[in-house]
Formats: sequence, C-alpha cells, structure tokens
Amino acid sequence: MSTDSITAEVSASAAAAREKLDAHTREIVQWHFHESTGCPFWLQKKSELNFDPLAEVNCFDDLKKFPLFEDEWLRGGPVRRWVPKGLEGKPVYVFETGGTTGIPKSRMVIEDHWTDYEMFSDTLPDKYFPPGSNWLMLGPSGPRRLRLAVEHLCQYRGGICFCIDLDPRWVVKLIKKGWMEHLEAYNKHCIDQALTILSAGHDIKCMFATPKLLEGLCSALEDEGKSFQDTGITGIFSGGTEFTPQWTRFCVEEFFGGPPEESGIYMTPTYGNTLMGLACSKPVTAAENYKISYYAPQPRAVTEVVEFDDPTKVVGYGETGRVKLTTLTKELFVPGFLERDEGEREAPFDKYPWDGVSGVRPFREFASSTTVGVY
Amino acid sequence: MLDIPILRWGKPYESLEIDEVKHFMTGEPIAKMHRANGGIIKRDMRQAQKARDTLREIPIVDLIERLGVAADLYENGTLPIGDGTQSPDEFAHQQSASTGLPEHMCKHNMSKNSFVLRNMQTILDCLTRGLPLEVLTRGWGVESRGVVVSYQAQTPVLAAVLPSNSPGVHTLWLPAIPLQMGLVLKPGPQEPWTPYRMVSAFIEAGIPREVFALYPGEAEAGAAVLESCQRSMIFGGTPTVERYHGNPKVQAHGPGFSKILLGDDVVDNWEQYIDLMAESIYINSGRGCINCSGIWASRHTKEIAQALAERLGPIEAKPPQDPEAGLAAFTVKGMAPAVWGMIEADLKEAGVTDMTAPYGDRLVEMEHCAYLRPMIVHCESPENAIAKKEYMFPFSTVVQCPEDQMLAKIGQTLVGTVITDNPQLIQAASDATHIDRLNIGPIPTSKLNWLQPHEGNIIDFLFRSRAYQVTEDRMPA
Repeated sequence: MSTDSITAEVSASAAAAREKLDAHTREIVQWHFHESTGCPFWLQKKSELNFDPLAEVNCFDDLKKFPLFEDEWLRGGPVRRWVPKGLEGKPVYVFETGGTTGIPKSRMVIEDHWTDYEMFSDTLPDKYFPPGSNWLMLGPSGPRRLRLAVEHLCQYRGGICFCIDLDPRWVVKLIKKGWMEHLEAYNKHCIDQALTILSAGHDIKCMFATPKLLEGLCSALEDEGKSFQDTGITGIFSGGTEFTPQWTRFCVEEFFGGPPEESGIYMTPTYGNTLMGLACSKPVTAAENYKISYYAPQPRAVTEVVEFDDPTKVVGYGETGRVKLTTLTKELFVPGFLERDEGEREAPFDKYPWDGVSGVRPFREFASSTTVGVY
Repeated sequence: MLDIPILRWGKPYESLEIDEVKHFMTGEPIAKMHRANGGIIKRDMRQAQKARDTLREIPIVDLIERLGVAADLYENGTLPIGDGTQSPDEFAHQQSASTGLPEHMCKHNMSKNSFVLRNMQTILDCLTRGLPLEVLTRGWGVESRGVVVSYQAQTPVLAAVLPSNSPGVHTLWLPAIPLQMGLVLKPGPQEPWTPYRMVSAFIEAGIPREVFALYPGEAEAGAAVLESCQRSMIFGGTPTVERYHGNPKVQAHGPGFSKILLGDDVVDNWEQYIDLMAESIYINSGRGCINCSGIWASRHTKEIAQALAERLGPIEAKPPQDPEAGLAAFTVKGMAPAVWGMIEADLKEAGVTDMTAPYGDRLVEMEHCAYLRPMIVHCESPENAIAKKEYMFPFSTVVQCPEDQMLAKIGQTLVGTVITDNPQLIQAASDATHIDRLNIGPIPTSKLNWLQPHEGNIIDFLFRSRAYQVTEDRMPA
C-alpha cells in the first residue's frame, strides 16, 4: 500500500486532522508543564529535560524530543503525583494493570474513561446496540478501568449494566502454575455467572466480552442446546490481540449464524489499554477477509506504527512495526509509549483521516513470555 | 508450493491464518500451512462420537485389511496432499526440509510406519493379549476360555499433540483406526508431513474421511485438543510430563533418558558391545527418546568413552540429500547455540571430560541452521550434572558407577538395555519401576519390538476393563 491509494478528499481531511492534532498537542503540553496546571510528576521531569517543553513543543512531531514513556513510572505511589494541579479537588479514580505479583502499575483517572467511552458510543450502530437497552459486562472486575468504563458506556446509552466477578490476577496465577483444571473451572465459574444473568429476565441486548469469554459463553450455550442468537444479544464489543480475523470469522460463521445482516448480531473489535483509552475498528467484513484495522481517538490519543529499531520513525503504509501510543488529555500526558504489540500501518480513510494499525499481535520479542487474553 | 488446509472431520478448511514452511538450508518455500484456532477444535469435538459410530460400522478385520493397503500407499504411492500431490521422494524432501533430518532417514522412517500398518493384526493381538477384537467393538464378549469380558471405550477418538523432532513417534497413534476410534491430530510445527500423508493414505485405502481431524496450529490448538478430547497423547519435555502426571485423559511422552548398563560380569569384554552402543546413540541422528544418552559401567568407562569418541567424534554435518548424512540440522534459530551453551556449562564440572573435543568443534553454525556433531562425555561419578542430561543429537555420557548402585542412580529410563548374565541384576532390573522398556542382553536401545507396548499399553489407555455380567440366554452360542 502507498499514499497513492489515499484520495484527494481524504488527504485534505488528513491535513486538517493533523493541524488539529498539532494544536491539541501544544495545548496539552502547555497544560502539563505549566506550574499552575501541571502534575508533580511532569513538573519534576521538566527539570531533567534538555529542552523547554513550554517553548519548544509546537506540534505533534516535537513530542519526539521527549524520552519514551516508561510504564514502570506508574508503579507505586504516591498516585497523586499524577494529578494535574488544574484538576485538583475533583474526585479521582485509580485503575491498575498487572499486579499478579508485586506492585501493580496505577493510573489515576478523573473523567477520561467517561469521555473515551462516550466518543466510542457514537461509533456504535443503534440498530444493533439499541439505546436504552441493558448490557452484560463479561470481563474483569476489581480495580480495572474496563469495568467502570463499560458500565458508563451502558448508562450513557440509557441502559443498566450487569457485571460478573472475575479476578484476572488469579487467572494469570493459574496459568503460570499450570493448574489447567483450575483454570477451566474458573472459566466455567465466570460463564455460569453470565448464563445466570442472561436467564434472569433482564432483557439484555448488548455486551462487552473478551474473546475467550465470548467463545466460552457461546460454547456453554451450545452445551444447553441453545445458540448465541437465543440470548437476544445483538451488539457485542470485544478487544485484545486475540481478536484476530480468523477468530472473528469463526465466531461470525459458526456461533452467530452469519454476518450481521443475516444473523442480526454485530460484533466490533476495539484496541486499547488503561493508558490510552480505546481505538475503534473499521467495520469488519467477510469481503475484506475480516481484516481488523484500528484507529485511535485522535487528537486525544494517537497510535503510530514505528520501526523496531528506531521508534522515532514510522514505517511505510502496509509495513510492519511496533505499536507506539501517545496520550494527550488534560488528565494524562504520555509522549510516546511502546506497546507490547506489533502490527501493520494503515492509511487514513474518510471516517478516520489519520493513521491506523492492523494485524495487531504480541510483539515478536515478547510473544513467548507474555500471558495474553487472561480473562 | 503446497497449500495445506486444516481438515475438519475430513472436510478441508482454509484458515485466514497461514504459516509458510521453508527449507531449513535454502530458505525455499515448501508449503503454506493453514492454522487452526482453538475454538474450531473445541467446537468440532462436539461431533467426535460420529467418528467412532462410523468406524464401528466397519468390522475391525476389514479396517486392518485397509491399513495394509494404506501401508503400500504411504510408502510407495503418490497421494493427494492439500491442493497438490506428493510422491514418496517429495515427502522425504519436504520432511527433511522442515525438520532438518537427512532425506534417507525420512525414507527409513516411512518404512517403519508402513511396517506397523502391515502388521497391525499381530500387533493388536499382542497388545490385547489375544482378545477377540469384536469385544472392542461391542464393549463386551466371551473369551476363548468361556469367560465374559468387557472392554469399554473411554473415548470416541484418540487425539495426539505431536512433536517435530522424531518422525518415528507416529507409530504410536496408528492403532487408533482399527480400534474404531477417530483420529484428532495436532501436528508438530516442523513436521506436518507424516500426519497429512498418513491420513491421505488411510482415506485412499477406504477409511471414511470423516473420521479424521488435522489441526496444524500454535500452542492454543494443542491446548484445545487436550481440553476437549477424552484421551490424548502429548509429546514434550520433562515439564510437560510432570504437568500431566496422574491425568487419566493424557498420556504424556517426554524425554527418554534411555541407557545401556554393563554388568560387572561382562564389562571386561566391553569392546564386543561398542557397535550396539554406537548404534543406540547415533541412529536417526540421536533424535529419538529411544536413543541412548547414557552408558553406565563400574570400570573401563574411560576406554569405552574413548572408543565411542573415536567412532562418532569425526562425523561431519553433510547436506540432507547426501545418502551418507548422519546428522540432522537444528532448524529453529538459536536452538543449537543454546544447547551448546548448556553443555559447555556442565563440562566445567570436575570429573567431566569431553572425549570428542579432539575431533573438532561440535557446534557448526550455518546461514539458516546449525548442527551439533556427536558428543561423548565421560563422567567419573553419577553425581555429575551432565550424567542425567539428554539432547536432540547424538549425545551420550559414559558414567562410572558401581554395579550395586546403578539402578538406584540412573533415574527415569524409557529404554534400559542391561547387558549381564548376573541373575540378581536381571531380577533387580526387572523389578525397577523407573525403567519402562527393558532389554536384557545386547539389544540396541533403538531396536523396538512392535509387539510390545510402549510407555503404557494403548489398549489400557483407550479402554477400561470392567465387570459385565449377562444371563445365560444372552451368552453367544
């Protein structure tokens, strides 16, 4: 793929989006590095930099002047060092990642998760995610951003969200210990909770599910002689590196009973983490071999596909590289974080006139040591 | 280049995830393998009973006859594979290309597999101890001595998560079809060739295609097979064996740690046994679990090691097409240097001598692959760490150990060849529960009698002998 395939209209939209991103970058950097609004962490970091971010960051590309963000900085407290002075006094959430052993990484959030999921809500087709309908959250509980974010998404759309209890740290321990029977039993325990909720007359029409749990739910329904269609759920959103084109095709063809126009069931993938929020996908279709291409919610977050050896250089369209995330909100400033994933750079298109990433999978150097899709 | 789809109960399925298999030495593309996701496997296993039902409609004697036809087709036929065909020469080339095994060894392994197919009647007769085979079909019957017996199938299919290192292991799952059980195979990443060719030969020989499922894929596919099948074989390292220890659903095959023990009564004549020791270490490039990785004796160990080093040390890596090639390549990047690193660390221990050192470097690195040339290591004590190691190339220690301590010190042993006429040693070896296959006398560890069970009797794994009583009027006339 080359830039030749990008139309003049998309090029113009992409240029406008870039201008907006540059302006947004300036605003956010000013916010985080100004003594009156910035957080203690970045104000302290400013003294270690060999440039003045207030004067020398004028566009998105200028963020390359910062060293890469290290998520290890998020481990341990005090978490308030991340709260910008400009937002002092607002109620603060803390969300954690990792933590199976040792101290987890913590991210403080005030309203970002609401904003991110409200923007995501606008991308969901009402036909399959009917406003006012109730949701099932078939994912992790505990100090996870996802749990509250999905509930907010549901409430934002006028519904009530039903949740299960799921401790992903215990799941990781089971996998590491090789206690596969316990893993199966815990998986069943989670699915049983979902089946109970679905059987209780709550008129649930939408759900979030991780790929593993969605597969487990479909399989458990078949054990009962039912199909996923019998649940009445018409809209699903899911995410993670296990959400591959082959897995999507398998679900659509074998569990759902065909594409949305035949089965009435629509599933959309998302990509994201506690740092970034979530990137949406282009519609996934059989005609495109279920290809999944993610686009970040620019300008609040940016995904780039960069060279493995030089994270300051993006690869060509269609080429493979490591996924680099940048977060630019008033709550959090992440000037370039190398994700544990790799993928191919995707061109802008009319709906999202900026770069995307497809074929997301665990970064080859970490793949053998990473425990993915634990819940 | 062949395009090889997944086989879902006989029906080809093209995945959106495809791996390219390349020649280990040239990088030439050999095949495109379609990769199964775990969900497909779990879902297909809902239909597993149909495979057994289908096979039970065909009498076992007929199935055995068709296996004889399959033997010839497997060894000599040009068979459909994926979107193309495959001759025996192409098979050997392709298998060699991805596993690193020399082509002549690939051909030799073909004859081993077809031998087992041709002799299935006798093999089943031995493994069932002469049971009328209809008993396995019906679940019960009457023995020749007039007693009712029942063997209840514990699964409709036999599953196997297969390895890449030794094509010889495929003989273990071959009895499944005449036992009227479907076959669910997850091929090793570098060795899809034998399962696909064997299944193709079975189908051409008249076994219904809907009893076969082949799922190339990653670890997720293997886990799905183990989770969803009632009886599975898996091949792996010591952690795999430990993980499934005591799990009745899984028969785990691990490293062999096969050994030759020389009794004090014969050890002074050690030169007589050098040929069989060398063969046990070197045959099939030392890749199998039945290859010898330890020779134990109370004296003359340095001389034995010296003689073996002189025999095996000079062997060089040769191209896979060379009929004289005796060494298989390590085709997975970084594996051979990693193995060599582990050996080097162990060689630093006092009392350990690399007897093959005078014959040049052992690690030979090439552009796309690497070789490890044969190694003979002398150990002055069974306590030396390297004395209990096994590697995927011709590697053996020669361990000095008093005869009365040998059985206590050798550890888990898949094949133990005990060369002695000492009745006490023979009895003690016969009683040793940590030796699986016991050879008494000068029999190479690599020489298997197919009429004997291997790491457990497959009949006991797949069927359960239980009480079954019937009234007189139900007894067959």
